[in-house]
Amino acid sequence: MTYLPKPKIHHPSLQRNRAGFIRRDYEGAISTLCAGCGHDSISAAIIQACWELDVQPHRVAKISGIGCSSKTPTYFLSASHGFNAVHGRMPSVLTGANLANRELMYLGISGDGDSASIGIGQFVHAIRRGVDMVYIVENNGVYGLTKGQFSATADAGSKSKKGAINNDAPIDMVGMALQLGASFVARGFSGDKAQLVPILKAAMSHKGASFVDVLSPCVAFNNHPGSTKSYDYVREHNHALCRMDFISKRDEITVDYPPGAVREVRQHDGSTLRLRKLPESHDTGDRVAAMNYLHECQARGEIVTGLLYVDPDAPDLHAHLETAPVAFNTLGEDELCPGAVRLESINAALR
Amino acid sequence: MQPTDIRKPDYFHKVVDCQWACPAHTQVPRYIRMIASGRYDDAYLLNWDSNVFPGILGRTCDRPCEPACRRGRVEENNGADVDKSRPEPVAICRLKRVAADNRSEDIEQRMRERLPDPVPGAERFRVACVGAGPSSLAVARDLAPLGYQVTVFEADAKGGGFMRTQVPRFRLPEHVIDEEVGYIFGLGVEFVGNRRIDSMRKLLDENYDAIFVGSGAPRGRDLHAPGRDEAAANIHLGIEWLASVYFGHVKSVGKRVIVLGGGNTAMDCCRSARRLGGDEVKVIVRSGYEEMKASPWEKEDAEHEGVKIINWLNPKSFVHENGKLTGMWFTPMRAEHDANGKRKLLPTGEPDRLIECDEVLIAVGQENAFPWIERDLGLEFDEWGLPKLDKLTLQSTNRKVFFGGDAAFGPKNIIWAVEHGHQAAASIHNLLQGEDVRQRPPPMTNLISQKMGIHEWSYDNDISVDERFVVPWAPKEKTLTNIHQEVELGFDVATAWKEAQRCLNCDVQTVFTKDICIECDACVDVCPMDCISFTTDGDEAELRERLTAPALNLAQDLYIGGPVKTGRVMAKDEDVCLHCGLCAERCPTGAWDMRKFLFAESYAGRGEDYSAKPAHKKVAA
Ligand SMILES: Cc1cc2nc3c(=O)[nH]c(=O)nc-3n(C[C@H](O)[C@H](O)[C@H](O)COP(=O)(O)OP(=O)(O)OC[C@H]3O[C@@H](n4cnc5c(N)ncnc54)[C@H](O)[C@@H]3O)c2cc1C
Ligand SMILES: Cc1ncc(C[n+]2csc(CCOP(=O)(O)OP(=O)(O)O)c2C)c(N)n1
Ligand code: SF4
Ligand code: SF4
Ligand code: SF4
Ligand SMILES: [Mg+2]
Repeated sequence: MTYLPKPKIHHPSLQRNRAGFIRRDYEGAISTLCAGCGHDSISAAIIQACWELDVQPHRVAKISGIGCSSKTPTYFLSASHGFNAVHGRMPSVLTGANLANRELMYLGISGDGDSASIGIGQFVHAIRRGVDMVYIVENNGVYGLTKGQFSATADAGSKSKKGAINNDAPIDMVGMALQLGASFVARGFSGDKAQLVPILKAAMSHKGASFVDVLSPCVAFNNHPGSTKSYDYVREHNHALCRMDFISKRDEITVDYPPGAVREVRQHDGSTLRLRKLPESHDTGDRVAAMNYLHECQARGEIVTGLLYVDPDAPDLHAHLETAPVAFNTLGEDELCPGAVRLESINAALR
Repeated sequence: MQPTDIRKPDYFHKVVDCQWACPAHTQVPRYIRMIASGRYDDAYLLNWDSNVFPGILGRTCDRPCEPACRRGRVEENNGADVDKSRPEPVAICRLKRVAADNRSEDIEQRMRERLPDPVPGAERFRVACVGAGPSSLAVARDLAPLGYQVTVFEADAKGGGFMRTQVPRFRLPEHVIDEEVGYIFGLGVEFVGNRRIDSMRKLLDENYDAIFVGSGAPRGRDLHAPGRDEAAANIHLGIEWLASVYFGHVKSVGKRVIVLGGGNTAMDCCRSARRLGGDEVKVIVRSGYEEMKASPWEKEDAEHEGVKIINWLNPKSFVHENGKLTGMWFTPMRAEHDANGKRKLLPTGEPDRLIECDEVLIAVGQENAFPWIERDLGLEFDEWGLPKLDKLTLQSTNRKVFFGGDAAFGPKNIIWAVEHGHQAAASIHNLLQGEDVRQRPPPMTNLISQKMGIHEWSYDNDISVDERFVVPWAPKEKTLTNIHQEVELGFDVATAWKEAQRCLNCDVQTVFTKDICIECDACVDVCPMDCISFTTDGDEAELRERLTAPALNLAQDLYIGGPVKTGRVMAKDEDVCLHCGLCAERCPTGAWDMRKFLFAESYAGRGEDYSAKPAHKKVAA
């Protein structure tokens, strides 16, 4: 952490995006996390992705639970809406907000403790309902904020800083998200922004439940030999499934690739995901194949990163519920309170 | 790329843009910190050590440090209204004056305490300096404390050279010159005023062990055009006229004055003329406004005082009525660039213009002249009439004779004259000690961590976002009616403190240790200026393009550290680093550290054990 706020002065070459902002405009308060925490790099990746996507900060809501990871929304997008929910309750608050105003972009920021322990029930249901959001788990295998107890994502056999061995089986949230029907599933690493930023941009452009698990070493409590969530361990065992370029609707597609070298997925909003070095055998549109691949890698002791699965045309919660096509705050009193006569007819229909 | 070898003194010295640009390598950020903490004597003495005339230079220096100052680059496209940002360097020069203005009465006592120890036997050697300008005075300042017998011969009654006779009093009050020249004479230097040396042969015959020629570039260039001789009574050479103003021979000037030329002398002429009765003063320049040799601030100051600067007019002839000057004809000019990019001035073809006037001051350049140096002494001159010198030692082809200041390479400025003085003194010391004249003791360098605690540094790393503060001026009614009234009043202490906060402490270096970096990216993410990248190695040109922010200022180095564990390199662009230390605060392993880099040029007789000399021991960081 740092006492001084980051000086407002920025590099003279910083450009304004189409929304009229420079990258620094997407920052928040100076982080109070431990120096070197992976979570800060994820914040930096979110800032970069939002700038590149010309996001209007006031059209974003950042919602989080409790934990070091859940504190991070303070450190980015200071001009956006935010809600710091109780521990593990980010998904339900986000779902409610999304139902009321479907026009904002929702960033659900959580940790492995927040989402895989106390909040696992909430996580499960938000995903299976297909809430239109980017659900980011900043995964360090510990409860960082409470000083490093193993979390539910800690691998069996991994060692705590004090030397204790974890005997419980881990929850793999990527596997769960796939199984629960998330329409965009990816994994990143805080130490690889070249990979993480395009993943976040793709997830932010995706309509439906996007789940991104980001390995994010806890320098204070889980960055030692014997940990499977340390910078060194993740780097040594990282298996990048493919390299992805995010091409927005506006960008010209210029580079020609030999056939077979890339595969492209066109998303609902017109953006394109270009997948390079994707193994022949893998199809990002095949949920079962993605689950198999995940488990194969796990069996080999590898941590697979990259985009595992995407369904570009998935319906979301609003489609399921056939809700109003606009945000509630754009509706008038008449529409929101249609009156006694209408209530009477609804009641009659239920008799 | 090769990892950067930060042990080479030049690497970090270059990062301290101001110090690197200063001919005398004054330790600028260090003295600015001293001013900020109210240590005016220390700041004054640190300056005095390098540039000998802090009070004079704090008012008149050409300040090559300021265009070099990183603050000017950092403020580009920044500020409250980005699109109207006016990047400005730190007011380095005017802060120097603050140290001088606030030094204590007994500064001379403190100066003596910090002088280097005498060199045993030095008193056997006699050194003569010709002229008492800044270069000779710097030679005397460096050599006298070592014990050498130094005699300074000066044609005028008092010492100071052009600082006294050319620089007008409204820019530099005489008491400032008296004090700072006095400190040098007080070191046991023999001053012989009113004594023009008219023969080098005779001087050599007096068996001095070394002679330093600091006689300046005393001749003003004339403009030979029709009417020049007929109207001579109202036409003057700028530097002669300024000297006459100083000596009181000239007390007034015609109402309408034309000053020819676009350099600093022209600016002093026009501003002096405004004070001596010139109501309509025009500076007329052959070329464009931007290309004028005068410093931007001098042009501004002149215009502020109602001087009109007219560009693109070439003087053609003087008009007179029976010898009384009435005006001048000018030909309108334009610039043209030939295929090699060389600029030529050509008439535009528009009709010539007549500009009426009562008096003309010609300030179109200065020349060297050495009529008093016989040409058969083995002392050779080149085709431009300048002495043939070793550029490092300033030794002429007569091994006992050295040159410096404007006499060495033509007209420059005070700070260059001082630096020449240092170099000549070092050469003379070597010569007299029987050492190789070309040998230079290495500079004193030091690199010390500033870490005091997790977020504590022993320097103030909070970055001020203030714009440059303006030095207050005496009111125009006062300054334009009294040529002795100083225009600039200097910063008060409170404003000086605020201005000092704008300094980025560029001598507090970011030092990277590759072996303990865990590549967490914390430094990359926190750096407000996007200086740091971890990336695959490449050759410099290509690497510069693909860093976190492109490194397009080729004058600034890339600091390469690594390879780090993943095989990548750390590349830091030094260009716009704020030296804020946030990278080091954020680094979990201490792979970045902020270390204060000290670079002190070594002067005559202050060699390897430089730091042990009292002069430096007694000045804390
Ligand atoms: C109008 C004007 C304004 C200037 N303003 C500035 C300014 O604001 N800032 C700046 O940095 N520079 C300024 N300069 C330049 C600066 O004054 C000179 O570069 C500097 O003074 C040169 O120093 P020097 O040591 O070569 O000797 P000089 O200052 O040139 O002095 C030479 C001395 O030698 C004496 N001398 C010459 N021949 C003999 C002899 N044979 N025997 C005995 N004595 C002799 C002369 O009388 C003179 O006193 C200005 C110059 C001019 C003309
Ligand atoms: C209801 C409730 N139970 C327990 C806690 C204590 N607590 C605070 S943070 C935390 C775990 C956070 O872990 P994680 O989400 O992984 O965040 P990290 O700090 O690792 O980023 C716990 C258990 C709490 N704040 N509230
Ligand atoms: S305790 Fe761990 S997770 Fe929390 S801020 Fe520190 S390094 Fe990051
Ligand atoms: S000191 Fe460090 S953080 Fe600050 S600008 Fe320089 S490189 Fe960036
Ligand atoms: S913060 Fe330190 S450990 Fe992390 S990448 Fe930078 S230098 Fe390396
Ligand atoms: Mg955690």
